[in-house]
Amino acid sequence: MVSKWIKRLYTSCIFIFLYAPIVVLIAFSFNDAKTTAKWEGFTLKWYQSLFQNDYIMKSLYYTVVIAILAAVLSTIIGTFAAFGIHYMKHWRQKFVLNINAIPILNPDLVTGVSLMTLFVWLNMSLGFFTMLIAHMTFCIPYVVLSVLPKLKQMPTDVLEAAMDLGATPWDAFRKVIIPEITPGIISGALIAFTLSIDDFVISFFTTGNGVSNLSIAIYSMAKRGIKPEINALSTLMFITILILLLIINKRTSNFEEL
Amino acid sequence: MLKKLTSGPYMVWSLLFIIVPIVLVGTFSFVEDGSFSFANYSRFLEPIYLKVLGRSVKIAIEATIVCLFIGYPLALILAKMKSKYRTIAVMLLVVPMWMNFLLRTYAWLTILNKNGVLNHILGLFGVEPMSFLYTEGAVLVVMVYNFLPFMVLPIYTVLTKMDKSLVEAAEDLGANKGQVFYKITLPLSLSGVLSGISMVFMPAVSTFVISNLLYGGQYMLIGNLIEQQFLTVNNWQFGSAISILLMIMILISMAVMNKLGDDGIEQGGGNLW
Amino acid sequence: MKKPTIKHFTTLALVVLIMTLISGCAKADDQVVLNVYNWGDYIDEDILDTFESETGIKVNYETFATNEEMYTKIKRGGTQYDIAIPSDYMIEKMIAEDMLEPIDLSKIPNYANIDDQFKNLAFDPDNAYSVPYFWGTVGIIYNTHLIEEEIDSWDVLWDEKYKDRFTMIDSQRDSIMVALKKLGYSMNTRSLEELNAAKEALIEQKPLVLAYAGDNVKDMLISEETAMAVVWSGEASTVIQEYDYFKYALPKEGSNKWFDNVVIPKGAEHVDAAHQFIDFLCRGDIGYLNADYVGYATCNTETMKLLDPALMGTTYAYPDKALLENFEVFLDPGDFVEAYDRAWTEIKAN
Repeated sequence: MVSKWIKRLYTSCIFIFLYAPIVVLIAFSFNDAKTTAKWEGFTLKWYQSLFQNDYIMKSLYYTVVIAILAAVLSTIIGTFAAFGIHYMKHWRQKFVLNINAIPILNPDLVTGVSLMTLFVWLNMSLGFFTMLIAHMTFCIPYVVLSVLPKLKQMPTDVLEAAMDLGATPWDAFRKVIIPEITPGIISGALIAFTLSIDDFVISFFTTGNGVSNLSIAIYSMAKRGIKPEINALSTLMFITILILLLIINKRTSNFEEL
Repeated sequence: MLKKLTSGPYMVWSLLFIIVPIVLVGTFSFVEDGSFSFANYSRFLEPIYLKVLGRSVKIAIEATIVCLFIGYPLALILAKMKSKYRTIAVMLLVVPMWMNFLLRTYAWLTILNKNGVLNHILGLFGVEPMSFLYTEGAVLVVMVYNFLPFMVLPIYTVLTKMDKSLVEAAEDLGANKGQVFYKITLPLSLSGVLSGISMVFMPAVSTFVISNLLYGGQYMLIGNLIEQQFLTVNNWQFGSAISILLMIMILISMAVMNKLGDDGIEQGGGNLW
Repeated sequence: MKKPTIKHFTTLALVVLIMTLISGCAKADDQVVLNVYNWGDYIDEDILDTFESETGIKVNYETFATNEEMYTKIKRGGTQYDIAIPSDYMIEKMIAEDMLEPIDLSKIPNYANIDDQFKNLAFDPDNAYSVPYFWGTVGIIYNTHLIEEEIDSWDVLWDEKYKDRFTMIDSQRDSIMVALKKLGYSMNTRSLEELNAAKEALIEQKPLVLAYAGDNVKDMLISEETAMAVVWSGEASTVIQEYDYFKYALPKEGSNKWFDNVVIPKGAEHVDAAHQFIDFLCRGDIGYLNADYVGYATCNTETMKLLDPALMGTTYAYPDKALLENFEVFLDPGDFVEAYDRAWTEIKAN
């Protein structure tokens, strides 16, 4: 009885803490003043100037394009890699999995700085292409780790069985393996997409020539002070995420597995 | 055969983009004035840089501990909720996580500044406006804010997968709530706790964004130091040495936690979120 | 069933993707795009649109916060800029390291508008590599509502009573300069002893500093987050012109007088378009729009004619020559820059 109310109070406090900043951003995105000092009237002008801001719109474009590309390509490479890794002999598998774990375990900063060093050493021009490579590098390991457990859950000789029954290796892969591991592929692709959309540090070091993503745009603007356009952006992002999560919630049976 | 071919592309990829970059950075770290030298590493041993390291580790540990103490009870509460509330609650927890990391950090600029919301609220109680920004406290609060869901979710996941019958059996055998927690729940949730700790400690110790935005240019964490060497001072050799040291430090702490926990991070990959 | 849906979705995604990429590439091909690298808040971005509508050349605009950041980015390679706007000592360094394309002044007829006193300066005699943009000083801006006394010396920044009430500039040479001047040394010293003394002074000062500020210092002043700040003159100018209760002090120990010029980094893709852009910037009317927005002091005689006469003689815009007598211009420290770098790293890390 008492403990139930304490639990509710505790949970509410934490959720208030988690949402307060977001609510503040959303509320002040409609404020007709630059500062959060006082409320000076309702306005939509920050939304207007947000859409007119070339820098932000361009960054948004790059963010989404890179995220989709990175997710798709990483999923393809990662799935095939997981398949190959699954059938490796023990020590080789362990070795490859350890290397695979490096981008996951390494702090973003080290990954970003090392990739930048590589690109500069190779005399490559930093931009869209290098940012894409960088994103794929940190996405593929997660795809591999998503798909591998599903492969492990498969009966061991199902591939041989299929080929014994006359299927070609490619057919066997397509019609037997893939359906089994599809949940892993999807979850891997989603993780890759999410990581890519939100990435800052690695993109910061590996991009150039006017190609930036949303996080970099926000960082540059935030360094120069408070910009209400960022508030407007937050509101829109919040709404998008809410809608996305509601959709996902409706479609998947077990939401938490995501 | 097909099996060898499928992993081929990734082998090449990982060689090029995982191994080579690290080897490059490692090579750079041993170069001083064009020749092989440990100078960059010995420079890091100077008290000033050890201070920076100490500062980063200290605040990362503080953030991790706060996240753990706030997050564990929350995970417990969530895990025990009735299913229909639980889904909504978890979704509410996850939404801020999906918001852009920089937006979440920037939001605190608007709250903590002299003219901001917090000072406004305190002003209603007659308190003079205070400087919350540009303090270590601000950095800590924002770290906790950003990383709390990453602590709660792994613990929550492990708790929900726990076999309820164990708890019931313990209670049948006469254990009270405290004993059930200490002897059953806590040990079984340890892998989640370790997972949460590593997901908070690592980004906390290597961040430079939070310290840059919330504490002006003068609070240097190891992430800021590396960024400064690479982007402002143009001393890639020293920067590489620090990066290698950071990497080794993180890998060692991960290995230690791996040993302590039942599932390593490798096997738990599918349950990452 | 599930399988067709996933396949359809992936195909759709790939199609959308390819279309976006194609449209993105198509846009890039027909236009000349000029990559401009400038200080933050240092141009009226509307004039970039004007430039595009007049010449059809699009401008890709990126900003940096300090000379050192700009230098590092250009030096390391990987990014190609057609125009950059460094300061005097950095230009000297870049010329010495052969990092700049020579400028053909015959392609810049509006160069005639530049005031002679800004031409042929020590860091680039003959203006073979750079064209003047803005000039200014470093000083202390303070809010007279919050600070009663008259500020006139760097010493106030070491005074306990101003703890957490002022900011320094997050820039290596500018902050070290403040300490060097306070101690009575030259801001171009190559003496390790003097540099270390300055370093110690700054480390000693750190607990009193609210923050090492960048471009956000104007917001901080206006929102009263800080009462006092070390700033470049143009920032003071912008703030004072809007809020007249601020004042800009030129410390009596002397300070830095600087010149920012436009350069064309070596290997720039569109050298001709770059010349066009520089010529555009040297126009009297464009210079006026720029100077009015940015607040800094122009080097352009035509622009001077259009400016508000009230700005003449003010400390923040066009100070009297007499006030600037003990002001120095930065020189390239050459190899000694490593000592500066080290000192700055230690100051920030402390």
